[in-house]
Amino acid sequence: MSGPPWRRLVGNLRTRPAVLPAPPLEAEAVRDLAARLAAAGIRRLGRGLSLHALDPGSCGGCELELRALAGVAYDLSRFGLRFVDSPRQADVLLVTGPVTRNLQPALVQAWEAAPDPRFVVAIGDCGIDGGVFKGSYAVAGGVDTTLPVDLVVRGCPPAPEEVLEGLLLLLEANAVR
Amino acid sequence: MNLAATIRATPAMACRPWSRHVVSPERWAALAEEAGLALLALWGEAQAVHALWRDAAGMLAVSLPVAEGRYPALSPRRPGAILFERAIADLWGHAATDAVDARPWLDHGRWQVTAPLSPRPPARPGGAEPVDFAAAEGLDQIAIGPLAGGIAEAGQFRLYIHGGVVARAEVRLGYLHKGVEALMRGKSPRAASRFAARLAGEAAVAHGIAFARAAEAACDVAPPPRALALRAVMAEAERIASHLADLAALARAGGVVLAAGPCERHREAMLRAAAQGFGHRLMMDVVVPGGLATDLAPQGGEALRSAVASLAGDLPGLARLCAGLARRLAGVAVTPPDTVSALAPGGPAGRAAGRDGDLRRAPGYRPYHDLNVPPPHETGGDAAARLAVLLAELRDSARMLRTLLAELPGGETVAALPQAAGEGFGWAEGPRGDIWTWLRLEGGQIAGAFLRDPGWLHLPLLAAAAAGSDLADWPVLRASFGLSQSGMDL
Ligand code: SF4
Repeated sequence: MSGPPWRRLVGNLRTRPAVLPAPPLEAEAVRDLAARLAAAGIRRLGRGLSLHALDPGSCGGCELELRALAGVAYDLSRFGLRFVDSPRQADVLLVTGPVTRNLQPALVQAWEAAPDPRFVVAIGDCGIDGGVFKGSYAVAGGVDTTLPVDLVVRGCPPAPEEVLEGLLLLLEANAVR
Repeated sequence: MNLAATIRATPAMACRPWSRHVVSPERWAALAEEAGLALLALWGEAQAVHALWRDAAGMLAVSLPVAEGRYPALSPRRPGAILFERAIADLWGHAATDAVDARPWLDHGRWQVTAPLSPRPPARPGGAEPVDFAAAEGLDQIAIGPLAGGIAEAGQFRLYIHGGVVARAEVRLGYLHKGVEALMRGKSPRAASRFAARLAGEAAVAHGIAFARAAEAACDVAPPPRALALRAVMAEAERIASHLADLAALARAGGVVLAAGPCERHREAMLRAAAQGFGHRLMMDVVVPGGLATDLAPQGGEALRSAVASLAGDLPGLARLCAGLARRLAGVAVTPPDTVSALAPGGPAGRAAGRDGDLRRAPGYRPYHDLNVPPPHETGGDAAARLAVLLAELRDSARMLRTLLAELPGGETVAALPQAAGEGFGWAEGPRGDIWTWLRLEGGQIAGAFLRDPGWLHLPLLAAAAAGSDLADWPVLRASFGLSQSGMDL
């Protein structure tokens, strides 16, 4: 898998970002992400992140896990994370699934509606390169065919805690900066 | 002798467990006129269209060769055929003569070809066509979607409003179309079953079972008893998780947030137990043609038992928490009886309106034939009845899951599938209703497939229930059907 190192990181991440960065690769990943956050001029310390879910072609499995993450069992508010219903209020867009050709324009519209700077997290193996749906006449490919992707969380679907780890990495990178 | 019986008596194509009868255009169309026949599925192939019917005597699969790209529409008599006919036109290029609605469904003008499943798909002339809604003069319109806020699958709804009341609801799907049949072709049943598990996330197990059974029927292979029992364990765990998620969503939409918490906690516990038992929270790819990819992990039985025992202990309390929600939902979004009888929908939405379509009650279906799946007891067809069905089915599934786990047979979990040619149907009762799968194998590879999700019938049912409902009730209406779009978008 190509791309910046933080992409590889999140797939392998099994510890909380609080105890990171230990291995060099992961430190590099956090710094890399922090640099990107800095470049984007983000100043969000102390106010957490607003998340908005976008489904440009998922099988629904990734949505199920995002809904689990949003529910009482994970209590996101203690991390300063919350889901919002509109891209206009979002800092982070969680994009699930491959991008179907039929949803490509709507995905771009939703991204454009989110205030700048906006972070795009591709959720699930489909979001990386189309996953099992790669190569179909109806699928454009992964999220990066259509939007600039800042972070990838692997899995089919990734478990809620894996998505959470990715989001905490975003917060952590923000703090490291 | 009625027409269905007459056709059953004619020679047929080899297909298991029901043979498939090639009929004349006259008989094809005349079946739509027969009372007592329910249309379950309608799908295409390069040179033919197929329909799956059911009546009191059983299943009836019929096929009609397509002549000059046309076949007689069933939709003038069968509203449930409308979406299938639109999909067949988009995927295969076969037009239904006299169809009620000839607008595209899955094809939004964005693929590089038209009729992508046809043998030589023509390149698309011109650019994308705008999504097309019916005109409605004198009514306010509310457009929702396709990316509609919340954590939801993509779909587009248009509500036509008059004085705060929904006069009509129109739905436009196809956004999630991923071309699953084309992806399956040329693959072994084992490789293709990954797509069945990913057709609709909430029914990963159920679609996996229906697909595996179709492949097993085509190859005439029976999975070992332990595999059948563990499939039922997974199917009931999936149903419990899905019903809990749907209940939580319904409770939140209905403003009874207190009831959502226990549902979400128990759902999470069930998924973690599933991960311990089968190595995956949604149990994807565990069911494979021939049996199972993995046996139940040693600690998995205990994890599932304890999750289900804890749920069962909390269900009476959950039912009490839902009492206020039930009052709020009484009389909301009633499925009109004539639509229910015309569509013959299954699943909780059908059972809430008195339909006995639960495939687990099919005669001789192992291991359910020993488990006493109860008949439906609700008849109201409103959102409160759908809530009651979900609660009752949670109790039933918890009981069945405990029995299944207590009586697991030993032995093998998979039977080898020969590299065969053949045709088969498979089915399973998913969390949202009956799933039907048809497969054609050539040289051990998929040559044709159709996976019918319950959503195909529930979407028109939802639209019918929306007509005349309060605009303010739209969120609970949506939640009470628990519809997911990916399964029917293919
Ligand atoms: S990554 Fe897996 S669960 Fe998520 S959308 Fe793709 S197939 Fe579904």
